[in-house]
Amino acid sequence: MTALLEVNGLRTRFHTPEGMVYAVNGISFHVDEGETLAVVGESGCGKSVSMLSVLQLIMVPPGEISGGVALYRGQDLLKKTDNEMEAIRGKEISMIFQDPMTSLNPVLTIGRQIIESLRKHIGMDQKTAEHRAVELLDLVGISDGLRHLDDYPHQFSGGMRQRVMIAMSLACNPSLLIADEPTTALDVTIQAQIVELITKIRQQVGMAVIWITHDLGVVAGIADRVIVMYAGFIVEEAGVDAMYENPRHPYTSALLNALPRVDQRRGERLKSIAGAPPSLLVEPSGCPFVRRCEYAIERCKIENPPLTLVEPAHTIACWVDIRTGVPR
Amino acid sequence: MPGWIRGSGMIEKKNSMTAVTAQPKVATLIQDELDTPPLTLGQLTWRRFRRHKMALIGGIVLIFLFFYAFGGSLFASEKYANFNDTSISMQQPSVAHPFGTDAIGRDILARTIYGGQISLIIGLFAVMIETFFGILVGALAGYYGGVLDNILMRITEAMLNIPEIFLLIVMAKFFSGKIPDLEITGRTFSGSVVVIVVIIGATSWMYLARIVRAEFLSLKENDFVLAARATGTSNAEIIFRHILPNSFAPIVVTATLGVANAILAEAYISFLGLGVQPPTATWGNMLDGANNYLDTAPWLWFFPALLILLTVLSINFLGDGLRDALDPRSRAS
Repeated sequence: MTALLEVNGLRTRFHTPEGMVYAVNGISFHVDEGETLAVVGESGCGKSVSMLSVLQLIMVPPGEISGGVALYRGQDLLKKTDNEMEAIRGKEISMIFQDPMTSLNPVLTIGRQIIESLRKHIGMDQKTAEHRAVELLDLVGISDGLRHLDDYPHQFSGGMRQRVMIAMSLACNPSLLIADEPTTALDVTIQAQIVELITKIRQQVGMAVIWITHDLGVVAGIADRVIVMYAGFIVEEAGVDAMYENPRHPYTSALLNALPRVDQRRGERLKSIAGAPPSLLVEPSGCPFVRRCEYAIERCKIENPPLTLVEPAHTIACWVDIRTGVPR
Repeated sequence: MPGWIRGSGMIEKKNSMTAVTAQPKVATLIQDELDTPPLTLGQLTWRRFRRHKMALIGGIVLIFLFFYAFGGSLFASEKYANFNDTSISMQQPSVAHPFGTDAIGRDILARTIYGGQISLIIGLFAVMIETFFGILVGALAGYYGGVLDNILMRITEAMLNIPEIFLLIVMAKFFSGKIPDLEITGRTFSGSVVVIVVIIGATSWMYLARIVRAEFLSLKENDFVLAARATGTSNAEIIFRHILPNSFAPIVVTATLGVANAILAEAYISFLGLGVQPPTATWGNMLDGANNYLDTAPWLWFFPALLILLTVLSINFLGDGLRDALDPRSRAS
């Protein structure tokens, strides 16, 4: 099976007054048709920036995509002009964002915001587009859509707005949906509804989803494959079951250990990872996780481990086999 | 709690907490507001504007002034306003000439009517030009930033550095008499009207450009701009359909106040004899004709000056009211 999107060696950095920020440092991954890929990692590890880079949504300057290719159906997105990208964004690849409270334009009606991309990408006339907008609202669970077309975002709750965002992103039947922490800003019950909604729609329309999150619970429920990012690098990639049952990178393992467990004794402190992620202002050398890693050896300080296949469909970037604690 | 923040869970939670602990009266008030359907932005704006009594009065006075200038032409023809008869010059206000007559015997009431038309037209059209350039320069500079921003803002600053009055006088002098008179719907407008409109517009867009640029600088960082780009919206659409409507409020306020400034600027250069040329009357050039008779014939300057004062004052109050009503930060009240 050929990949829908294949990213190779993507590097993104930002020129800031404090110096160069190395946000994404040569990451490679792929998404197949109809697959759900989860990208996890803590805040600032480059999850969002890498996806924004793929769509050329990074502000240039200060941003700069300094290397790599992003092949979507065989075409390099990073080489496309603004006009060519406009035809792809929203039509082939859509994106939804973290905060539904700010992602909708407060002065435009819901209807107009959904209809806009229908008219632009598919060239629908106003009537047909309105009809389609009502269908879309129905699809995302907002009934009586006709009445809501003339509503403004401020009349909607956070969950409703995220549904509208999803309706907008689905308008042109994209092949790939990039969901950038779509549930982070919502409360837990709404989170569950939105997760369920996207999963349901994904099955209905058969699109691929890249789900950016730091909620490992969500990942377990929806993803086919998982990528773990740390300080602008991919440190582990595996199928979702392998990732949870058999994490092979020290960071992934520590991350999973830090999850609160139902069977944990009351009053027991939650485990955490000591230290803080490295400053992205320093050009990376050696393994980015070395200072927080309990398995670190001399080699980790000098040489950054490349992603290596350790089991079928399971790659990690580590010099050490954490099951035995000895260098591989 | 106004309807527009109802969507925000945080604020709602906070308010319902205070509702529990606060006086029962407050609690029922909040309950009442929750039961009513949410107000539209327009209704909210009108509600806040209504509270501003002076702005309300300003608006009403302005409407009367428009009726005076444009409705007045039904009762007195332009020919009559420009008709001179030196045998009745310098007459005090009387029944036949309620505002008196000027040095060459023209009826001042009729001239304030037609002068008002020209003054108001100059104000409105000059502001249209001002708004057009202000929005264009500000939006491009703010949205694209970088080199374009630098070039446009340096031009803006250069324009700001030249005293506006100086620019006005020089340009008025340079262009005067070069534009032929215009014939629009059977009426003759002195070419100097067009000149004045253009030069007032061309010398006043800089403040608006800076305001629009500042708005764009902050608005373009919003998530909804990123979201719009992510659905393939083009830059032009983002600028004019997504960001511009969000900066509507400061533009409206600045433009409103700009009308008052344009009328004042016209009065100023017309008073110096460089503005609109007689026989076309404006409130400004009526003052020019009156400055030799300040104490001997006060009716010559009193009525046009009063009208300028009323117009400018009303527009300023209206602008203040609009500023308060449209300012999103004052919505909580």
